[in-house]
Amino acid sequence: MKRFSGFLVKEFLHILRDRRTMLILFLIPIFQILIFGYVVKNEVKDAKIGIIDLSHDNVTEEITARLDAAVDFRVVREYQTYEEAEAGFRANEIKAVVVFADNFANDMGKYRKADVQILLDASDPNLANLINSYISVILNKYSAEVNKTGNSVIVSTEPRMWFNENLHSAYMFVPGTMALILMLITALMSSISIAREKETGTMEILLVSPLRPIQIILGKLTPYAVLSIVNVVSILVIGNVVFGVPVHGSWVLLLLVSFLFILLALSLGLLVSTLVKTQQTAMFISILGLMLPTMLLSGFIFPIENMPVILQYLSYIVPAKYFLIIIKSIMLKGLGLSYVINEVLILFGITLGLIALSVYKFKVRLE
Amino acid sequence: MNNENIIEVENLVKKFGDFTANDNLCFEVRKSEIFGFLGANGAGKTTAIKILCGLLFPTSGKVMVAGYDVYKERNKIRKNIGYMSQGFSLYEDLTVKENIEFYAGIYGLKRTEIKTRFDDLVSKLGIEELKDKFVSDLPLGWKQKIAFSVAIFHKPQIVFLDEPTSGVDPITRRQFWDLIYEAVESGITVFVTTHYLDEAEYCDRVCIMAEGRIDAIGSPDELKSKYKSENMDEVFVKIARGTNKMNNK
Amino acid sequence: MAEIEIYNLCKNYGDVKALDNLCLSVEKNGFYGLIGPDGAGKTSLMRIITSLILPDSGEISVGGLDPVKDYKKLRLKLGYMPGKFSLYPDLSVEENLRFFAGVFGTTINENYHLIKSIYSQIEPFKNRRAGKLSGGMKQKLALCCALIHKPEILILDEPTTGVDAVSRREFWDMLNEIRSYGITILVSTPYMEEAVLCDTVSLLFKGKVVESGTPKEITSRYSSTIYSVKTDNIPLALKVLRNIPGLMSVNSFGQNIHLVFKDENHSEQEITNFLTANNILDAELSRIKAGIEDSFIDYILKENKN
Repeated sequence: MKRFSGFLVKEFLHILRDRRTMLILFLIPIFQILIFGYVVKNEVKDAKIGIIDLSHDNVTEEITARLDAAVDFRVVREYQTYEEAEAGFRANEIKAVVVFADNFANDMGKYRKADVQILLDASDPNLANLINSYISVILNKYSAEVNKTGNSVIVSTEPRMWFNENLHSAYMFVPGTMALILMLITALMSSISIAREKETGTMEILLVSPLRPIQIILGKLTPYAVLSIVNVVSILVIGNVVFGVPVHGSWVLLLLVSFLFILLALSLGLLVSTLVKTQQTAMFISILGLMLPTMLLSGFIFPIENMPVILQYLSYIVPAKYFLIIIKSIMLKGLGLSYVINEVLILFGITLGLIALSVYKFKVRLE
Repeated sequence: MNNENIIEVENLVKKFGDFTANDNLCFEVRKSEIFGFLGANGAGKTTAIKILCGLLFPTSGKVMVAGYDVYKERNKIRKNIGYMSQGFSLYEDLTVKENIEFYAGIYGLKRTEIKTRFDDLVSKLGIEELKDKFVSDLPLGWKQKIAFSVAIFHKPQIVFLDEPTSGVDPITRRQFWDLIYEAVESGITVFVTTHYLDEAEYCDRVCIMAEGRIDAIGSPDELKSKYKSENMDEVFVKIARGTNKMNNK
Repeated sequence: MAEIEIYNLCKNYGDVKALDNLCLSVEKNGFYGLIGPDGAGKTSLMRIITSLILPDSGEISVGGLDPVKDYKKLRLKLGYMPGKFSLYPDLSVEENLRFFAGVFGTTINENYHLIKSIYSQIEPFKNRRAGKLSGGMKQKLALCCALIHKPEILILDEPTTGVDAVSRREFWDMLNEIRSYGITILVSTPYMEEAVLCDTVSLLFKGKVVESGTPKEITSRYSSTIYSVKTDNIPLALKVLRNIPGLMSVNSFGQNIHLVFKDENHSEQEITNFLTANNILDAELSRIKAGIEDSFIDYILKENKN
């Protein structure tokens, strides 16, 4: 035990003294989450929209006022014709145009149905989709209110968005960033730190010492596990405080599942380190083999349903995919363990397999 | 001996952060001499060589190599020097011939010229059988001898050798020095670092460095009489003891 | 039984024979030197002894244990200083030492007497990072780290390579002191002149033991007469002497040239005459006893002829 604690002290000293490592450990998670939050935003805020109102009655004016009042939109101009609107799109004055048909209020009264057309600038399809659904939400709300009093229905283009009513992108990127950062820190950093000992030759001395392989492995991995927990908590706190991402489910469950994912990433890092001799290859393999799939194939950035079939199959072996499903269920839907037990078991199985494989592969000699 | 100086260094200082690798070095190297650069690893030898070759800029001081200023005329310096770095300077996955053709090409030698010089070299070193082998398949001794031949293939004025005989067997080590003598005879100035003190005796002048400073400089005979020593080994020990005493004060 | 016993050890890397039927025996509390150039097989041999790599064939016993099967027990007995500087440059002198003591389940205080005389030289710098030490000090620290668990056998792979001549001497003095604590020492070096500092040496070349014994035994086996020529112009004298009739070998040794003939029918007068005839007038001539390097050169020359 004394041997092991000495090892831990040394590992922490390494981490604390290396500015680069400290930077990767603590600044990058924060930067990453802020970057995803503010810069690579998929969110609609103050989108400029135009109106073509062929009816100009009290209903259309009421709806226009509501659109303008919503934080998401600003009604910047009213156009008389489609041609004018098209010119507006081209000049990049607006992202969308809401068209109210002739006799809008009358139709609503008579047929309990009125036509609203939404024209969108689809050159940015993601944004167009978002705006479309935002507008629909506002229209739906209005019709719901009218429904309470009268009995009208307005065209409903999209169903209501469950669990993410305003389609806040923070809800997507906080769990995704967490998966990415855990992969980065645990797998990348731990594999590099083991490879460094090989490169400098100190691994030779450790192997020749009475330390058992499992002590070397645990000594190398424990600090990163501890630091990763710190990161999980800070990401959740930033997500909650800055971006308002809730944790509806159990915090304990959330942390336990995160810890399972950390173990998985650590065993991946360990496996990488048994395969390589230099820090450079460790970094290369970790980034290409672990981080890119986590980013691209887990459903973090691109929805899995929209991927080509081959990539969809490939996504089944990306652990982050299961992790994302689990933590989204816990955080956003407030579900308990029984709802995500399959995914948890899959992660657990992968972790056990990886640990077994890398302990088996860890060499007690130099060859 | 020709007294014309081919390298002149005045008050050379090189710092890496707060670490001073070269601390106010002053020395000159004369044309067609063998100049030995001695000292422990980390004494600042490799840094000084890299500055002289134009691979690093000095922090301050005046450095002239082959009549050119290292601050302004690095390209001209490079054309006039050869450099054999510590470790290997040959491509392991190319053959001997390919290596030489590549380096000769870099220095802009004409094809016919390369061919003549290459044939000369093959017969001089007796490497008819080795010339089409991959460098990775050669023993260390041959690699070092061929690396040296490559470094002087373009007939530079000066060649810098950084620990060329480190770890080489005793026979090859002496064969290597034969090549050095030959190069000097053809007018090339040789600047060499070594840890073998017997090799210090083969130099025309040596410079002993410690902790970034020059502790002693002169011909082996001058140093031996100055420090009242039988051989360079003793000179070394006496100098080191002297600096230790100074440090302790 | 000897502390390290090796019989017909072979190790190949592809086509390269790193160790070729190598035999070796190191006595308990011996001070044994492996002398040879790079690629002679010194590092491979030491890594097999320390159980870091496996031999292809042959028998080996270290401290009565088999490095292949009993590597766990063996590793408790060993102190090892690899060829590269293998300490943590970002840890201080004291932290490095404490770490290696901890790894072996001991403390600095427990075995302080073993390292006291060495460590006291670097103790003033104990808070300095190991990466910022000078070459000689790094090497002393590495030695302390290899000793701190009181090993029975100390294996040092080229500890003096790249270290200045003075630190090299000091280092050998330290090894002598360590030996007085009853520790068996196996050390390798590419510097021939360091051979005389060991009590037994093996000369290694191309994976084989070329010569073995006490330095005296090895040099006394050398039978030819060696003439030493001292002159100011070594390159010229070398050139001239290569053409002397009956020559076996001529090699420079610092400020001297060693001359060996194929047979013993030569005289100093003959050499002086030859040199004078070739305009070398300052030569001082003497007969000398062979050194380790003479023996080594002799072997390589014979090997090359075959």
